[in-house]
Amino acid sequence: MEKFVLTPPDGPPSDVERIKRESNYLRGTLKETMEDRITAGIPEDDNRLMKFHGSYLQDDRDLRAERQKQKLEPAYQFMIRVRTPGGVATPEQWLVMDELARKYANGTLKLTTRQAFQFHGVLKWNMKKTLQAINDALLTTLAACGDVNRNVMCNPNPYQSEVHVEVYEWAKRLSDHLLPQTRAYYEIWLDEEKVAGTPEVEQEPIYGALYLPRKFKIGIAVPPSNDVDVFSQDLGLIAIVEQGKLVGFNVAIGGGMGMTHGDRTTYPQLAKVIGFCKPEQVIDVAEKVVTIQRDYGNRSVRKHARFKYTIDRLGLEAVKAELENRLGWKLEEARPYHFEHNGDRYGWVEGVNGTWHFTLFVEGGRVKDTDDYLLMTGLREIAKVHVGDFRLTANQNLVIANVPSEKKEEVDALIKQYKLTDGKHYSALRRNSLACVALPTCGLAMAEAERYLPKLLDQIEEIVEENGLRDEEITIRMTGCPNGCARHVLGEIAFIGKSIGKYNMYLGAAFDGSRLGKLYRENIGEKEILSELRTLFSRYAKERLPGERFGDFVIRAGIVKETTDGMNFHD
Amino acid sequence: MLPFQVTNSPFNEQQVDLLNRLWPTLTPAQKLWLSGYLAATEFASTAVQQEAHVSKEITILYGSQTGNAQKLAEKTGEVLKSHGFHVHVLSMLDFKPNDLKKIDTLLVVVSTYGEGEPPDNALSFYEFLHSKRAPKLNHLRFSVLALGDTSYEHFCKTGKDFDQRLKELGGERLYERVDCDVDYEEAAAKWLDGVLSELNKQGGGSVTVLPQQSQVKPVSNYSRKHPFQAEVLENINLNGRGSNKETRHIELSLEGSGLVFEPGDALGVFPKNDPELVDLIIQEMKWNPDTPVSVEGKEEPLREVLLSRLEITVLTEQLLQSLVSFSRHPDFHVLLSSEQEVKRKEYMKGRDVLDVLRDFGPWDMSPDQFVSSLRKLQPRFYSIASSLLAYPDEVHITVGAVRYEAHGRLRKGVCSTFCAERLHVGDQLPVFVHQNPNFKLPKDTNTPIIMVGPGTGVAPFRSFLQEREAIGAKGKSWLFFGDQHFVTDFLYQTEWQAWLKNGVLTKMDVAFSRDTDQKVYVQHRMLERSKELFRWLEDGAVVYVCGDKQHMARDVHQTLIHVIEKEGNMTSEQAEAYIAEMQKQKRYQRDVY
Repeated sequence: MEKFVLTPPDGPPSDVERIKRESNYLRGTLKETMEDRITAGIPEDDNRLMKFHGSYLQDDRDLRAERQKQKLEPAYQFMIRVRTPGGVATPEQWLVMDELARKYANGTLKLTTRQAFQFHGVLKWNMKKTLQAINDALLTTLAACGDVNRNVMCNPNPYQSEVHVEVYEWAKRLSDHLLPQTRAYYEIWLDEEKVAGTPEVEQEPIYGALYLPRKFKIGIAVPPSNDVDVFSQDLGLIAIVEQGKLVGFNVAIGGGMGMTHGDRTTYPQLAKVIGFCKPEQVIDVAEKVVTIQRDYGNRSVRKHARFKYTIDRLGLEAVKAELENRLGWKLEEARPYHFEHNGDRYGWVEGVNGTWHFTLFVEGGRVKDTDDYLLMTGLREIAKVHVGDFRLTANQNLVIANVPSEKKEEVDALIKQYKLTDGKHYSALRRNSLACVALPTCGLAMAEAERYLPKLLDQIEEIVEENGLRDEEITIRMTGCPNGCARHVLGEIAFIGKSIGKYNMYLGAAFDGSRLGKLYRENIGEKEILSELRTLFSRYAKERLPGERFGDFVIRAGIVKETTDGMNFHD
Repeated sequence: MLPFQVTNSPFNEQQVDLLNRLWPTLTPAQKLWLSGYLAATEFASTAVQQEAHVSKEITILYGSQTGNAQKLAEKTGEVLKSHGFHVHVLSMLDFKPNDLKKIDTLLVVVSTYGEGEPPDNALSFYEFLHSKRAPKLNHLRFSVLALGDTSYEHFCKTGKDFDQRLKELGGERLYERVDCDVDYEEAAAKWLDGVLSELNKQGGGSVTVLPQQSQVKPVSNYSRKHPFQAEVLENINLNGRGSNKETRHIELSLEGSGLVFEPGDALGVFPKNDPELVDLIIQEMKWNPDTPVSVEGKEEPLREVLLSRLEITVLTEQLLQSLVSFSRHPDFHVLLSSEQEVKRKEYMKGRDVLDVLRDFGPWDMSPDQFVSSLRKLQPRFYSIASSLLAYPDEVHITVGAVRYEAHGRLRKGVCSTFCAERLHVGDQLPVFVHQNPNFKLPKDTNTPIIMVGPGTGVAPFRSFLQEREAIGAKGKSWLFFGDQHFVTDFLYQTEWQAWLKNGVLTKMDVAFSRDTDQKVYVQHRMLERSKELFRWLEDGAVVYVCGDKQHMARDVHQTLIHVIEKEGNMTSEQAEAYIAEMQKQKRYQRDVY
């Protein structure tokens, strides 16, 4: 057998590594700085640690320049992300989230692209109360962000309830198994007494004192749906269902969306399938994959620290060999699978066990009330009578799941009363749209996304109508920066913000999430976006082959080159 | 060096005091510069070559969005330090623009953000430099390292702008600007090499001292009778969006006035009346606004006189008495009878001249008769919020806009809403200095000070800290501040934060009354800290209280007694005697209104 020698990259550790090292397992000085009344913010070092606790310090960027002149510090506020493995929440938990959003946050709830709840605009003095309420509801924010394994995604699968239960259980167990063990979270937020003299080695058996070099993401897809974008994950698992039973998972490694504008050494990459494992082996596989990244990931340059670069540096075969070495057994050969789409299917569907599921279209994943659409109130009223569960989808939508047939009428009446929409009156393009939060709260955003995409779609829809493409499903995604929270370059049409009002435009990703897009136009504004789309849609309407997807068409027509691997994304 | 005295120098008392406060703080280099500067003024406008040690002080300012410019600035600082230079690396946000006058070598490392905009932390410095307040920089050598991205239209625009503007202001390029693309390392290294070799080259040379407009100031001719027309340099609302309040921070130029003041003094300001209110009065009486009327022997149009010469918002006994003979309304005559004093006082509360005119018509009164009944418009006083040592030739005030509903009409404070609504940058405001000898920093700069100033009461303490910073005072300081909401009403927040960081302010406690279920005020914070507060008092701290007289000052006073009682194990009589003794020693000073 070929012998591989693995070596971690050279170079001094980055500053974040220092912060982690000095933090005493994520404590830092958070306890003290959260009590400082002179500022609503916290120092940068503590904010780095704060991420591991599921929160970032942000500020309202709309007000930044104005407040600076007013001799006021930025309008600091915290974003809080709640881990919900597989996006499943009980109606009781929904009601708690709803109340906290109105009491301490900005009155809205964000359903994220990783099936988590997110609050924005929580003030420092309300952080502890909010986190305690979340924990009282049996949810946590621990490790919702930071250099650890994040919320584990899984397909909400309203069609096959039994398989969903099983896949969801594995998602939850993966999530629990990879949670940090430090008591810092409980001491800082939940008033747990500090235990003196705990030996270090016992604190983080999987992660160690430095945790991972960078964030780590796991998602489980259930074919034919690739809604979780399994190839965008550091560790993607594809559920293999034979004769209605879950027999195991294909294992894919090394996906990730983030890159840096103007730096060709950074690129999005898709995970590659390396084999198959049985359900009961999946925890072991995940743990060993995580430890490989822990030991070999780049801790010197953060923009090269994701697992995808580790794999591309060491070679896929070498990493697979190391994995099997650590497992002590070999992965089986990957099983056949087939994906059809990565979007959601809307409206009512019947599950196998006599229950019903309603998938609701939530534009931008933002649950709020407006003058003419009481989405937040409607969902609260449903949560009060609902006996099943809620499932957050990877496309920022919501499934009101497991409604027993005798309850269906009552839930449906509320859906009608509040005009909650399955999006059928929108274009298929809008139903397949995805945007990250971006401005005004995200510190990384260079351009608008969630606030702007709906308005841009109003105009694109006219072009869609002109070309008779209203019911044609095309995925469209927009992010405010290249980091890729909305899995940008897996959208058949993708926009990545460069500066206010200016975007890079990408085309040619696959509808089922199996191929990345390619840069088509750089630094364009709304006028150019619309004129480009007018030309493209007109050609697509006239020249496409039967059943041909837009992302495939632009490649066949020679409009963009096909991206066959992340490593040739920039070519 | 002997202290300056009136008897051993040509200076007057105020000047002597200022000099004595300034002199001990000067570094040898600054003294040398000053002597050269003063000597140079003797030779009118000719430049003087003067042999001197070239300053090895270098200031590096960065404006950074993503951290690259900051990293480069810090690295540049390290390298220059290793070559024996004294280097200060600062974010443009943390740099006091006025300090530009004090430095002679400036390196700028700045990126460009979005569509050619400065990074957030460079914005205010950028605007300052491009405003007409920017000083002449004939003494400055500079060099700019610009970071950018050629895929954007306005490549390195901010760096280019800084470079050009510094040159325009009289600065001399130490080394040509270098523009860097995304891969900046190589270009940045080249710039650093260039800068370093220029610095070394000039190391043994001489400094050119250029005289600027100078003249030792004459004692001011301006006073309450002859107010100085001060140009408005800045007028900003300190309250963030969503606040219930509006507090204006106003910066005025005193250039050429010769006016001087000390921390603790007040500024007298002559406002103008609200034109809306003036017009309502004229309409009510169906007069012609252009009718000439005579005030102090001068004829002016009625509207003008009501706008800027006479008091129309405050009712006095005297005013009512002189109006009553023109009114045909029987109730007015009754109200002014001697037995109606209580009712009359009640009526005067919250009402103005327009109310009287509306309530007690019909009137047999000419504009001249009306005008001669009114009192001259009085100046309003504001605690000064700046120090001359920090902002020479400027005075800053903090003005809370007063607005309230009463008797069916929105009432507005004359001066505060004039400042808030009708006073613009570039306008002139008539002002004079009003000394307040009873609100003064301790002569001994080592004495600890405790400052209690909620709301606009915090204004003089900004002046105190500017002064203590400028003279390098070693004494500890502790500020108690309060207002309604943390997010919107934390007046001068970033300045206190900076002083806490550099140690000029030792401690700060804040109380925001409407952020919590239970209202919290400054006195609650004082009580929470009673042990430490008492220790400071025992250490000789001076306590200053500024702001609302009716509630705050009384509550704070009670709290002080309580703290002394509790922590000093005293009876309330003993505690009151303790406070009285403090007052006698001028260790308890109040400026309350």
